[in-house]
Amino acid sequence: MIIIMKKVGLIINPIAGMGGRVGLKGTDGGEILEQARLLGAIPESQNRTLITIQKLLPIQEKIELITYPEEMGENIAKKCGFQPTIIGSISKGKTTREDTQKAAKDLLDLKIDLLLFAGGDGTARDIYDAIEDELVTLGIPTGVKIQSAVFARNPARAGELALSFLQKRTIRVREAEVMDIDEDSFRKGIVRAKLYGYLTIPYERAHVQSSKAGSPETENFAHQAIAEEIIENMETNYFYIVGPGTTTRAIMDKLQLANTLLGIDLIYDKKLIANDLNESKLTHYIQGKKAKLIITPIGGQGYILGRGNQQLSPDIIKKIGKDNIIVIATRNKINSLNGQPLLVDSGDKEVDELLCGYIGIITGYREKSIYRVTR
Amino acid sequence: MSPVKNMKVRNFHQAKWDEPIIFELGSKGERGILLPEIENEIEAVIGDGFSKIPKHMIREQVPCLPEISQMQVLKHYLRLSQETLGADLNVDIGQGTCTMKYSPKINEIFAISPKITELHPSQPICTVQGILEIFYKTDLFLREISGLDQFTLQPASGSQAILTMSSIIKAFHDYNGENTQRDEIITTIFSHPSDAAAPAVQGYKIIDIYPNQEGLPDLEALKEAISDRTAGLLITNPEDTGIYNPYIKEFTKMIHEAGGLCGYDQANANGVLGIARAKEADFDMCFFNLHKTFSSPHGCGGPSAGALGVKKELIKFLPVPLVRYNGSEYLFDYNVSHTIGKVRSYYGVVPAVLKAYSWIMSLGREGLEEVSRIAVLNNNYLLKKVLEINGTSAPYAKGHHRIEQVRYSWNKLTEETGITTEDITNRMVDFGFHMWSSHHPFIVPQPFTLEPTESYSKAEIDEYIAGLAKVAEEAHSNPEIVKNAPHRSVVHKLITDSLDDPDKWAITWRSYLKKWKNDRI
Repeated sequence: MIIIMKKVGLIINPIAGMGGRVGLKGTDGGEILEQARLLGAIPESQNRTLITIQKLLPIQEKIELITYPEEMGENIAKKCGFQPTIIGSISKGKTTREDTQKAAKDLLDLKIDLLLFAGGDGTARDIYDAIEDELVTLGIPTGVKIQSAVFARNPARAGELALSFLQKRTIRVREAEVMDIDEDSFRKGIVRAKLYGYLTIPYERAHVQSSKAGSPETENFAHQAIAEEIIENMETNYFYIVGPGTTTRAIMDKLQLANTLLGIDLIYDKKLIANDLNESKLTHYIQGKKAKLIITPIGGQGYILGRGNQQLSPDIIKKIGKDNIIVIATRNKINSLNGQPLLVDSGDKEVDELLCGYIGIITGYREKSIYRVTR
Repeated sequence: MSPVKNMKVRNFHQAKWDEPIIFELGSKGERGILLPEIENEIEAVIGDGFSKIPKHMIREQVPCLPEISQMQVLKHYLRLSQETLGADLNVDIGQGTCTMKYSPKINEIFAISPKITELHPSQPICTVQGILEIFYKTDLFLREISGLDQFTLQPASGSQAILTMSSIIKAFHDYNGENTQRDEIITTIFSHPSDAAAPAVQGYKIIDIYPNQEGLPDLEALKEAISDRTAGLLITNPEDTGIYNPYIKEFTKMIHEAGGLCGYDQANANGVLGIARAKEADFDMCFFNLHKTFSSPHGCGGPSAGALGVKKELIKFLPVPLVRYNGSEYLFDYNVSHTIGKVRSYYGVVPAVLKAYSWIMSLGREGLEEVSRIAVLNNNYLLKKVLEINGTSAPYAKGHHRIEQVRYSWNKLTEETGITTEDITNRMVDFGFHMWSSHHPFIVPQPFTLEPTESYSKAEIDEYIAGLAKVAEEAHSNPEIVKNAPHRSVVHKLITDSLDDPDKWAITWRSYLKKWKNDRI
């Protein structure tokens, strides 16, 4: 019998997670890393990656594990019992984000089936910069900052999901957010995340799906249904400000308009006015005009304002008014909040309070949910 | 450690037959029954029987049905039955929200009596007085149980009863000239999915309410949802969390003040028979699933009976005919002034109604209430014991009793071991237990829903608990055996990802040939 070997790539950011134990917020930047080392930080990523790849041992004969030398994957793969294929070269003990990016590109060239990477949000960003959505990837959470939805809940779950995907028990994939915090602000205590891009990850159903409730709807179908509802009810004489995200993208796709996945677009009378607007340009367009805003919660935490869409400043929100804010989200996305409310963090207390309370979320064609919003 | 002492989990191994689909069996010309030739005397009176059929009704091609002998049919279905885990075989409390209770076998004997099977719905009314009496009295019983004023037994399922309720809501607003304006139905996310789906089919916009921290539908959210566009509320109570909504009267009051109607989904009535009624909660309509609460079998998705009751103001909208009694005979009443028409042909699913009638008659008023009290007692015993199993929790309403079922979570166990609800469901099969996978709306992480009803003995409930405890223990000591389960079932592992891919569906033999065998006939 011919066994088709699956190629699995492994990239470890060896310094991810070192900041956490010593009270630093992330290890981006050489200075901070040195500080972390002086404070006695030890690499967390090796042991956590071990937990993940141990889950793949039952199929080790059927996979080729390809990784970078030493602490970027080789050491832990061998410790686990794999005989990995080693590619590339590094300066031991002095790896940088360029090494992560180069490793990702090298693995892309080898046409691997799945890329496992261990790190935090910064690592996810590096992977995204290198390969965008060219590969199916999955993050092993080992960093301090884990805002991105590309990470499994924990290293064990990452291993189980990878195993399931490689055994073709999980065959779907989905786009998941790469979120990035400005680390300079973060260390000053100001949380400001932005949506950086999307990586393709194996689709893990949050919960066991229902047979009674009919066939489980895919995110794609749900996006289409929401887009249909929005477009059907679009009013003339209104500007529609379309926020970032894959949910809002479906509206633009259906209208056959160019879309900025990570930015703010503006349409009027179902025609494109401008793409990727910043605050001032947006203000210029809607000044003195009637406008509605279409937004969707970003990431797994339920922020509708203040994460990934900072272009929508408090002034703009005030101009638009609460009644003209249309929140859209698939039911899966709402349910993944496990009952936690939607959040706003516009940077302006008055605006946040304006939006707190209850809001209708469009969840499908002629369907909406009433949901709580808090600061 | 198991919360039940000295309870052994039995090993189970399912038969596996590798049985073909019936279309692949038999041979051309093979027959199960050879019908006798028409006799000369009959032919002389009615002719050959075919020439009177209008030409456009005679099919041009012979249907592609299986051609197979009786004995092969019998063996085929017996083998298939051995490959299922039916309600009469296992402790079926893992199918929470389905109220899997014992369907007394005596009622099957009634239903297969020629007195029932030989009835034709077009028979003269004077020849069907017996079954009409049963329909009429079942209606009276349900009026007592709900406090409402008239029932129709025509809907063949709970979902069809919900569709009927939304049809009545539409007819009511049409009658009042407000139909165009009122185009929204409010429901809750923990109500049954059909409470949203059926009115959506009707053309209504759907607004759903999420629960608050206590797991109850959020009253403040309801206020936000209500407007002059509200046509009505369709709500389950208790919801599948097993928590009774003590504010339900507030809900109905607010909807009524806004001009809407309130429909009560009583598919979860097994814990409230004789205890709480639709009338006292100010509902305008309610329905019962005779195939759940009233012991008629579920029938693998029907047909069954969603008995729908209304307040007297709404009787004029009910489907026709209604069964009435004029003091000397039972009759059909088609004179319903603003009827929504029919929701299915004829009068309802006779065997399902008959079995429910028999069940109610065997219990009486006190018996029905006792059913609910035992169902609630069983459920709360189960709740206490399940929560003693490492890794379980019962989100919401901590420290409170539940009604007839509980939506539990394995989330803690999953966090600790990586073993999910799906894995546990698969492993339970190895011990002859079924644990269902329907836990809409999937807000509770790693959910499982148990409903022990009144039917199961303490020993059976303990056996089920011991099964759960064993698998939870294995999740720590031998997770691989759980991950790779089932080991002793017909199918080792089901990959369900393609279930939502229409290109891969093959729900008929013809579509299978077309999609998978490239057959273009």
